[in-house]
Formats: sequence, structure tokens, C-alpha cells
Amino acid sequence: MDQFIVKPLFGGDTIAWYTPTNVTLWMLLAILAVAALLVLGTSRRAIIPTRTQSIAEMAYGFVYKMVEDVTGKDGIKYFPYIMTLFMFIVFANFLGLIPMAFTTTSHIAVTAVLGFGVFIAVTILGFVKNGTGFLSLFWVESAPLPLRPVLALIELISYFVRPVSHSIRLAGNMMAGHAVLKVFAGFAQVAAIAPIAILGVVAIYGLEVLVAFIQAYVFTILTCVYLKDALHPHH
Amino acid sequence: MATETQDAADAAGQGAEAGGAGMPQLDFSTFPNQIFWLLVTLVVIYLILSRVALPRIAAVLAERQGTITNDLAKAEELKAQAVEAEEAYNKALADARAEAQTIAQQTRAEIQAQLDDAMAKADAEIAAKSAESEKAIAEIRASAMENVQDVAKDVAKDIVAAMGGDADARSINAAVTARMKG
Repeated sequence: MDQFIVKPLFGGDTIAWYTPTNVTLWMLLAILAVAALLVLGTSRRAIIPTRTQSIAEMAYGFVYKMVEDVTGKDGIKYFPYIMTLFMFIVFANFLGLIPMAFTTTSHIAVTAVLGFGVFIAVTILGFVKNGTGFLSLFWVESAPLPLRPVLALIELISYFVRPVSHSIRLAGNMMAGHAVLKVFAGFAQVAAIAPIAILGVVAIYGLEVLVAFIQAYVFTILTCVYLKDALHPHH
Repeated sequence: MATETQDAADAAGQGAEAGGAGMPQLDFSTFPNQIFWLLVTLVVIYLILSRVALPRIAAVLAERQGTITNDLAKAEELKAQAVEAEEAYNKALADARAEAQTIAQQTRAEIQAQLDDAMAKADAEIAAKSAESEKAIAEIRASAMENVQDVAKDVAKDIVAAMGGDADARSINAAVTARMKG
């Protein structure tokens, strides 16, 4: 579990809120990677894109289409925020897969800020956009009247569980993947099962590359779904 | 084999030890630090995206879309032009063919007329020539007749003289002329 320990970058033991730590380093690398792809990659503004520009455009189109499909036309103005979330998570996940790297998104502190940030923003937005009409999200009009209070309670609970599941899903997936890699790597020290263990490391690593992208995608699309609920609370 | 098992146990033991020391994720003393740097990172990424990257990519995509639309429109226009040009070409071809037809007709008629003319002229010439020739032949024949008469008279006179007769010119001439006519 050493790989998850937060350490100060320049020695010392105390970690104040401003201390530059390995968290700082790997988040900075994520910023640089995002900038390299989306700013340097598109610096030529070519009509016929280079490979890097193609990837940048694909990332843009991927998230843009997701926002448009899920939230509709009026969700487009929140596209930059959702793109920020997606780019940060996807690069934090991928950078975390570099050997000896620190995975910022494997920490519940980070994903909880993301998850509760989305939750609070979406809830405020829902009330600002719809007033008390936002509460109709919990009052299922299509259900029979006697069932509605029960459903309202269930909906309410599920609504407040959203940020928890939202953040724990991401941190849990990243942490579990890295922990499984570590376990296989530990078995690789034993000569008798080393070949199988190394094969396992390779296979799990491939799976983790997939998970790194899929979790970023899942986080982003759930954010879009929550945003849609805030913009159109009626079922 | 024994040492390997020992190693495996050690490895497992290390994992358990680290796990037992508590998950770093639940070390709340590092939370303010992580949250602070996360917020800084998110703000920086947001600024980079909203100020530079997203407008630029949107502009590039719009420009590409525009270029494609323009190219398609241009291609459509060129196609229409090509169709027009083909029509004009076909029309010109038909016109030229019709003109060639008329010219050929005219030329044929002209040549026919010239030919008829020349034929008529040649016929007339031939008729004149043959009349002339006939006349010449008649003349030659007449003169030949005369010569024959002269020669016959001379021969008759000589024959009469040779036979001892006295030939007077007038009676011989009369006799020869009578014979020749007979």
C-alpha cells in the first residue's frame, strides 16, 4: 500500500494544506498532459488534423456529444465544466498506471471532492433553474397515489447516496486495480508461480488501462445524468 | 521449495502489514492537502480549457465543417457546369452536322449543274466538230471523184490510143462520164 501514501515532495514529515506533495506533482503532470494534448496538440489548427490534434478533437467530440445526448441542448453551456472533470480524471487515471506513479484518483479525498462538488452544484442548479419544482424529481407523478410517498422516500435516499457512490466508485476501482497489481507483483517474487503471476500482472494491467478510461467515462456520464435531472426534474 | 514458500509468506506478510497499518486513503491528516491541490488543479484545467483549448477546437471543427460544405457546394456547381458544357457541345455537334449536310447538298447541286453545263457544251462541240468533219470528208470525196474522172479519162484516152484508135477528147470524156454515172 506504499503506492497510496501521500508524501511531502521536499522532505519533512508534516503535511500542511499547502505542502507540495506527490499529490501536487501528479496533479501538475495531469495539467501538463491535458495542456499538451488539447493546447499543444491543436496549436497548428490544421484543417487536416495531425494525429495528436485528431485525438484532441475526438476527446472534445466524445464529451460534447455525451453532454448533448444526455442533457439536451440547454446542457451544452455546462460542457466546459464536464470536459474539465473528464480530462482531469482520465489523465489522472492513465498517469497513475505508469509504474512508480501516484494515482491521485485512488484517494477518496479527491473523488469525494469531485463527487460532492457535482452533487452540490447540481442540487443548487436544480433549485435555481426550477425553484421548488425541482422537488418534483422525488414525487413520481406516473405512480399510483398511495405509492408516491414511499417512492419519494426511496428517491430521496437514492438522491443523497448518489455523491457517495459517485466518488467511491472511482476511488474504489482505481485503488482495487492497483492493489490487485501489487498482489500479483508480490506473487511474482516466488519462482514457482512467477510466470503465471507475471502473466497475471500483464493481463490485469491491460484490464486497468480499460478501467482507467471506463471509470472516467462513467463518472462523466453520471455527472451528465445528474445535470439532466437538475435541468429537467420531471420524470 | 521451502525458501520459496518462505518468500511467498514474507510477501503476503508485507502486504498484510502495510494493510494493517491502515489505508493511506483514510489518513485524514492528508485530506486538506489533497483537497487544496485538487481544487487548484481543477481551476487551472478549467481555465486552460475554457480560455484556450475548447474555443480553439470548436473553431477548428467549425472551420473544417465550413470547408467541407464549401467544397461540396463547389463540386455541385462544377458538376452543373460540366452538364451545361456537355449540352452546349452536343448542340454544337448537331449544328455542325446539319450545316455539313446542307453544304454537301449545295455542293452536290452545284457540281451537277456544272457537269450538265459542261456536258451540253461538249455535246455541242462534238456536234460542230462532226459536222465540220463530214463536210471535209464530203469535200475530199468530191475532189477524189474528180481526180478519179480525170485519171479515167486519161487512162481511156491512152488505152484508145494504144489500141490504135483515134481518140478525140470530147467523145472520150462523154463516154467516161456516162460510164462513171452508170
